[in-house]
Amino acid sequence: MTLTPESSTFDVTLSIRKNHHLLFNYCMELKLPIYLDNNATTPMDPRVLEAMLPYFVENFGNAASRNHSFGWVAEEAVDYAREQVAKLINADPKEIIFTSGATEADNLAIKGVYEMYASKGNHIITATTEHKAVLDTCKHIEKTGGKVTYLNVKADGLIDLAELEAAITPETILIAIMYGNNEIGVIQPVREISAIARKHGVLFFTDATQAVGKVPVDVQKDGIDLMAFSAHKMYGPKGVGALYVRRKNPRVKVTAQMDGGGHERGMRSGTLNVPGIVGFGKACELCMNEMESEAKRLSAMRDRLESALMELEEAYVNGNREHRLPHTANISFKYVEGEGLMMGFNKDIAVSSGSACTSASLEPSYVLKALGLGDDLAHSSLRFGLGRFTTDEQIDYTINAVRNTVLKLREMSPLWEMYKEGVDIDSIEWAHH
Amino acid sequence: MSRIYLDNAATTALNPEVLDAMMPFLTEKFGNPSSIYSYGRETKLAIENARKSVARILNANPGEIFFTSGGTESTNTAINAAIRDLGCKRIITSPVEHHATLHTVEYMEHSGQAKLCYVKLTKEGHVDMAHLEELLADSSLKTLVTLMHANNEVGNLLDIKAVGELCRKYDAIFHSDTVQTVGHYPFDLRNTYVHFINAAAHKFHGPKGVGMLYVNENISIKPYINGGAQERNMRAGTENLYGIIGFAKALELATKNYEEDSNYIKELKQYMGTKLKETFPNVSFNGDSNGRSLYTVLNVAFPLTERSDMMLFNLDMAGICVSGGSACTSGANSTSHVIKAIYNGCSDKIVPIRFSFSRHNTKEEIDTVIEKLKELI
Repeated sequence: MTLTPESSTFDVTLSIRKNHHLLFNYCMELKLPIYLDNNATTPMDPRVLEAMLPYFVENFGNAASRNHSFGWVAEEAVDYAREQVAKLINADPKEIIFTSGATEADNLAIKGVYEMYASKGNHIITATTEHKAVLDTCKHIEKTGGKVTYLNVKADGLIDLAELEAAITPETILIAIMYGNNEIGVIQPVREISAIARKHGVLFFTDATQAVGKVPVDVQKDGIDLMAFSAHKMYGPKGVGALYVRRKNPRVKVTAQMDGGGHERGMRSGTLNVPGIVGFGKACELCMNEMESEAKRLSAMRDRLESALMELEEAYVNGNREHRLPHTANISFKYVEGEGLMMGFNKDIAVSSGSACTSASLEPSYVLKALGLGDDLAHSSLRFGLGRFTTDEQIDYTINAVRNTVLKLREMSPLWEMYKEGVDIDSIEWAHH
Repeated sequence: MSRIYLDNAATTALNPEVLDAMMPFLTEKFGNPSSIYSYGRETKLAIENARKSVARILNANPGEIFFTSGGTESTNTAINAAIRDLGCKRIITSPVEHHATLHTVEYMEHSGQAKLCYVKLTKEGHVDMAHLEELLADSSLKTLVTLMHANNEVGNLLDIKAVGELCRKYDAIFHSDTVQTVGHYPFDLRNTYVHFINAAAHKFHGPKGVGMLYVNENISIKPYINGGAQERNMRAGTENLYGIIGFAKALELATKNYEEDSNYIKELKQYMGTKLKETFPNVSFNGDSNGRSLYTVLNVAFPLTERSDMMLFNLDMAGICVSGGSACTSGANSTSHVIKAIYNGCSDKIVPIRFSFSRHNTKEEIDTVIEKLKELI
């Protein structure tokens, strides 16, 4: 096949540019619904898409094809993206293993270490507020005979470092504690955790899916041995992520979970998702350049949203407010059901009442429960996830909509009425039906 | 210099129509399909429609279709599930399988999870059916048979229905790596005795990074990637939304154009085979090229000479993109395991070159290649 700029690819590219424009417009003016769930996923930055486009139809080669230029072009693009990704987290490009996403990277890190270091021990320490990808993988490890300690967190969502250190045994091979929490945004004391891990010769893995690209993450300074993250949480494409695996001091190894052609230095086989990886690289580069100013902008907007909503009576911020991702706020509005709240402005504002992976269920969030919240407060929580395309107008609109809905719902709530009349609701013994 | 791409078994160019279908999901329709508000509902619906479309084309139930990150993940999932969840204690495979299969079954053997046997090949490189039956009859251990539908290097086609019937007779679990055939051949899974098949979109003009695993509804397996309820608790991880849409669209287009495209490509392969034989009487073809073989692959055995040794390099210099083996092994200098197995190890007198075609190729391109080969041999 012969490809020329006159071929249809070119038309496609043009039509895409028009589409970009739509996306930009949507960011410029207040268009409903407002998207405030950037912890679940983010819209792709048009600059990312633009970087990806040449690798779909035109430069479509298999990066493992070593005998011809289609393959080399693809390989070069992957190499460049690997550098972009590595640079954002201060890693060596050789330490980046591309995967299909953070969940696969979580699985590879935990199962891979568990199998590789089996002769050293079989104990893993994690926390109850981890993402399902970590928790479910740990449960799987338990079924195969491993031991897992699930650390409780304090009321502010942070782990207790003394408890962590006390949990370490001679059998411990891995500490798996996330960087920033997906639901409440609290940032764990990563450097202190890694210092404890180093002291005891235990590897430290962190799921940094929510943190990379949002706050400075430096695998050297932070002392991270393995780290999972993904593109679609930082304005890149879905279906691509990475596992950082330290190559020196110490050299970390994982057992591959996908065998095959030996791609990714044998640690992850499978034809590389070239456009996805290119997009991931571009997304990392943009975050690298814009993170600092963006974090300031987002935290200012988030704080404005939060303080306006905290003017409501009986509203509580969940999680530590100081050690927190700049774009996340999780607030409980007592005497109001989160689901009812969401129904109230469902069509206008997209937020989440739990993590997206479990938000279709009506179980209260296990993260909020782990902070010690009762079912009522856990059920009355909303997670606001601001992002690159969030505007001040959208925040104004959201403040109004949430306030009005909370007030309206409380007006109709007998519990709220009782509370206002001074009845101590927690002391009431409800009759069984 | 205009290039001629004859490495379509490694990967194919994305169809612009597929990109068009994907575009909304690369831009404004970006919601996480697990979210319950409108952004999530519309993308969830799109994924379920893609699943239904894929199921309809393969004559399967939507509940049997699981989207993955690609063929390799699907193969790893199937083989691991057969051992861990379905109780298989023995694996029968062939020496010419893709490395995604071979390395996974080798791992199963090394880790003591299953016994491993290799079925013999006929001199054309096909699975020796009599030997397969012998192996199946030989043991009472629950057995997984994993045999690829079409070989990615030489193109040999397996009689998937016949192997399925043998597996039914001996109550074996059957996985067929169909990465080279989904999107290139019709499937009728409801009437085929097979428990797992897999596919990768980028082999039929779809996007990279997305694949499929078919799991027959009569068996139940556990997820291979844990964490999150996606794909009905079977494959955790936020869905590769645009990829899944692209997978379905590419399969729809491939199916719609099957008659026309397959006939066209078949003719190209025959044309090249005939031309090669006319021009170079001492070349031969690896595998059962004129018999049961993929219409997309022609693997040519050039006699080894000082000049032919450099052929891959020289073809590339001339802008002709082909492969010595599969893309996954093309970095290694050693002869491919497939060629070795077919030649019983005596393959050092030939230079194997794989030409693989798509509907974008033309007879004129083939003429150009033949002319170039005249200079190179």
